[in-house]
Amino acid sequence: MSTAAVTPTATVHPPRRRGSADRNDASSTAFNRLAATCVTLFALIWLIPFAWAFITSLRANDDIAANPTAFWSGGFSFAAYTSAWESSPLGSWYVNSFIISTLAVIFTVLICSMVAFALVHLDFRGKAAVFAVILAGLMLPTEALILPQFMEFRALGLLGTYWAIVLPGVALPVAVFVFHSFIKGIPVALVEAARIDGASWWRIYSQIVMPLCRPAISAVAILTFITSWNAFLWPLLVLTQTKSQTIPVGLSSLVGGAAIQYAETMASAVLGILPLLAVFLLLQRQIAQGVANTGIK
Amino acid sequence: MTTGAVALPARKVDETSRSATPEDRGPRGHTKVGWLFAAPFLTLYVLFLIGPVLIGAVISLFNTTTVTPGLGTWVGLSNYADVLSSGDFWASMWHSVLFTLLTTPLLLLLPLLFAILASRMARGQWFYRLAFFAPFVVPSAAVCLIFAFMYTPETGLISNVFGWVGLTPPDFFGSTSGAWFAVTLLTLWWTFGFNFILYTAAIQEISEEVYEAAAIDGAGPWQQIRSITIPLLRPTMSLVLILQVLASLKVFDQIYILLAGGPNYSTRPVIQYIFDTGFTSYRGGYAAAATLVYFVILVTVSVLWLLIRRRTAGPQSA
Repeated sequence: MSTAAVTPTATVHPPRRRGSADRNDASSTAFNRLAATCVTLFALIWLIPFAWAFITSLRANDDIAANPTAFWSGGFSFAAYTSAWESSPLGSWYVNSFIISTLAVIFTVLICSMVAFALVHLDFRGKAAVFAVILAGLMLPTEALILPQFMEFRALGLLGTYWAIVLPGVALPVAVFVFHSFIKGIPVALVEAARIDGASWWRIYSQIVMPLCRPAISAVAILTFITSWNAFLWPLLVLTQTKSQTIPVGLSSLVGGAAIQYAETMASAVLGILPLLAVFLLLQRQIAQGVANTGIK
Repeated sequence: MTTGAVALPARKVDETSRSATPEDRGPRGHTKVGWLFAAPFLTLYVLFLIGPVLIGAVISLFNTTTVTPGLGTWVGLSNYADVLSSGDFWASMWHSVLFTLLTTPLLLLLPLLFAILASRMARGQWFYRLAFFAPFVVPSAAVCLIFAFMYTPETGLISNVFGWVGLTPPDFFGSTSGAWFAVTLLTLWWTFGFNFILYTAAIQEISEEVYEAAAIDGAGPWQQIRSITIPLLRPTMSLVLILQVLASLKVFDQIYILLAGGPNYSTRPVIQYIFDTGFTSYRGGYAAAATLVYFVILVTVSVLWLLIRRRTAGPQSA
């Protein structure tokens, strides 16, 4: 069935096509042409750091030192990638980041959608209080709480584990509100019909509501994955063993390290960028929509 | 252990609700099942959002250290007195505020300008989204690796660009003003796309007819932007502003990775101050007091914004 019918937030807008009512006079055309030039130039400038990192990673170190701003000076090689891969445990960092981000996505989607479902479809005593508490949570600056959080996890004996990274982030108030507004858009008749058929609430949640929530699930999942993959401060504190670190924490130890190993450092940076950039290129539209719909930062 | 804790309520939900018949849908009929659905979230919420606030409040009253377990001895409010009279704490607070003042105007207005210009293009939207938003998915450490290389004296691209236009590049790592320049430029590149996307989405919500009517009345592109687009984007600008201020006050990654708060602590943000006192000097109680002072400041900013917005924009949300 069409999910678009029950989609209150995620709407796809075609790029606006102007000109039908615009008076196609000279000033308008000139303005649009100027605008196009400006934006395109700016966008190209924005791509330079990526291009620069990539090109540098393919050059030889002595050549970079001799002609720092030359794009091409004979021969590219992937040698820096081999040595970057061998000199730091990038493989373990990838695995750690992947496991942590995946667990974060699963738990965030599950528990946030469950409470949102309860808030929409179940009349329970204390519901208003639960709603207010979650709303207040939107304003809690959790990043500020690293120190007491650290003490808590040490007391629980969870330091250095994946759980220490995953658990603090999964009760995400923003995600609850994304699911809440989405589930509210699903026709109540569907739920009522299932109730009359004798379906349990768990069944209604997991087999009727959740399948219809796919756009909300993908928005929350993608943004949770990115946030979790890029998290720096908390993993830096909790994961102290080099091998147990995530990509951002591991890479940060390379900043200001061997200053002459330009190519190798840039190769590490490129390897650190690649996974999420690949995800981004595949899901560009969904990611942009997710950001627009939630305003998570 | 946690998997069990999360899966258990779900199974219980199944059992209890199966026995319930459709007839018992009274207003109070779903209390049990409602709480079971909310339980996993609320448990983690209380443990890891409310919990740290309370733990921080308790620790801040003791001379707890972060090396040995246990609370240490009761010191009352003296940690707070120390924090509030500490020059280092207020200096780091000022650095976070200064970072906010440096980056917020740029990140509020530049993405707005380019979102407006890009939205006038009939084609190529994907390209602008790609170019501007891609940096946002890059981990802070990778951004810092690339920019640290571009800021390198002699070999770095940005250092060379200064030379090409006849300027002496500032000392990006050795001078305070150079360091702020370096962090501001990096942050602009990194987070520009987020606000660009928010503005673009808001621009697409504006009805085509408004523009058509204006065009018929003879309004040129610049007048359309000034008298239609920008006024209608005001709620989005206010949203971007608060998100930007709150995120900037929490700055840590870039300054810590690129500069380690240097040169000589002259850019150290408040989170790094808490980090340093708590985990390098091991003064847990003191750092907890600093955390709570900072926490209260952040919450005050968001509550003030909510109140202002309610007064100016009425009940409608941004």
